[in-house]
Amino acid sequence: MSRFEVVSRLKRNRISTVLAQGKREDGRGLSDYRAIKIRKNALDKAEGSAEVFLGDTRVLAGIKVDKGDPFPDTPNQAVLTVSAEFTPIASPNFEPGPPDEASVELARVVDRGIRSSEAIDLKKYCIIPGKTVYVIFVDLFILNHSGNLIDASALAAMAALQSTKLPKYTLESDKMIFLDAQEPLELRDLPITVSMGKIGNSLIVDPTADEEDVMDTRLTIAINKDGHICAMQKSGSAGLDLEEIKKAINMGREKATEIRKLLMES
Amino acid sequence: MSTNKRRLIVDQVRLDGRKLDEIRPIKIESGVLPNANGSSYLEQGKNKILVGVFGPREMYPKHLADPHRAVLKCRYHMAPFSTDPRRSPAPSRRDTELSMVIRNALEPAIFLERYPRASIAVFAEILEADGSTRCACIVAASVALVDAGIPMRDLVVACAAGKVEGEIVLDLNDIEDKEGTADLPIAYMPKLGKVTLLQMDGVLSPEEFDKALQLALEGGKKIYELQREALKTKYAKQGEKGSIEPI
Repeated sequence: MSRFEVVSRLKRNRISTVLAQGKREDGRGLSDYRAIKIRKNALDKAEGSAEVFLGDTRVLAGIKVDKGDPFPDTPNQAVLTVSAEFTPIASPNFEPGPPDEASVELARVVDRGIRSSEAIDLKKYCIIPGKTVYVIFVDLFILNHSGNLIDASALAAMAALQSTKLPKYTLESDKMIFLDAQEPLELRDLPITVSMGKIGNSLIVDPTADEEDVMDTRLTIAINKDGHICAMQKSGSAGLDLEEIKKAINMGREKATEIRKLLMES
Repeated sequence: MSTNKRRLIVDQVRLDGRKLDEIRPIKIESGVLPNANGSSYLEQGKNKILVGVFGPREMYPKHLADPHRAVLKCRYHMAPFSTDPRRSPAPSRRDTELSMVIRNALEPAIFLERYPRASIAVFAEILEADGSTRCACIVAASVALVDAGIPMRDLVVACAAGKVEGEIVLDLNDIEDKEGTADLPIAYMPKLGKVTLLQMDGVLSPEEFDKALQLALEGGKKIYELQREALKTKYAKQGEKGSIEPI
């Protein structure tokens, strides 16, 4: 960001001026999301998939299912891995190459929400303890970056998991063989991730790329179906006071309910 | 969790004998690495962490220098022998994320704008890990930054709280972190009243979150005193002998 400091400052002034009047550049209120579009079963070859649009932000999530070894410390649990790829087509600022800290953070925060809410019963998808388990790969492909990639990705991941069909299997002398039949992946929860940005004294939901460029701090909160917090991540180099954290939690819970409804209806 | 495991809390007392709202014994020393501009060594229970601060110094690569302020670089790194089983010395995705959140937690405390085009590097080496290492790194790093003579707005304290067997507890150790149902690491600037690191995994109701947050802040206050003590001790020694004693 430093090399674009002058532009950033102008941008910040412009965005702050509008925020001071309780509005945003694109006409939204501070706690409004952009239009959310969820398209499940976007792909044929993946076991599950979904594409999510958050305004112009666009994320495609693909689920691939395989069999494999469990982790040594969780021998009786299926393996869930979440990875994110910031494709260079998504933004002029994305370069091809190994994942940078933003994409590692994104994948880990999405993973944390799913794991903490225990949306997938990993024990149920263990086939032979210590030996063979289902391996569920959640791959998040960022196709256009217009801000708030975390919420779009988390939503795409859940929508894709909802559409996931696991291959049925049979055991032949302790070997897991996939059959040509499927059953739906069972989900016990639908965690929803809500990110908020702090610009000056304002707290805004679903920041755009421009807002992200100038904001002081982001706070991401995942909320489970009971309205409890199931993951949090503060990012960015400014502090938050306790009142702001409280306000963000309330806002996050409110927004999560709305988005979960959208996800269930899609 | 599973029934054949020992219980972690019996009659409000934890496995290591602590009360629910008690932090582990902490030892902090500053000025322990001769070649670093600032350094510290921290023990918190079985956690053993060395932090070295280098800088302000010239930023490399130069094109990444910021004309308005110093760039803070942080590296969180675990020694292969710090955990059981051995971990690969190559940086993991977890290390990448923790290095970033530690940087975010320290940045607001440092007057980076005093050193345009420079860099300040904070290297944390985890020699032995026993839970809440990211918090321990932040505590040690802010002492090392002060030790390096870098002007700070406040010391950054850090402490985790979490939920274990239904109870909200302070300063989780490794087994409590693994078996517990929520972990909430917090970093805080006590004088400025700002939270600079806030992460959570597991599940907490909003009420439990409030309780855990308050507990973590209380723990932070105690750690604040220990940080100040460590710095005072070093300078007292320096006053007596005219130089720092070799370790």
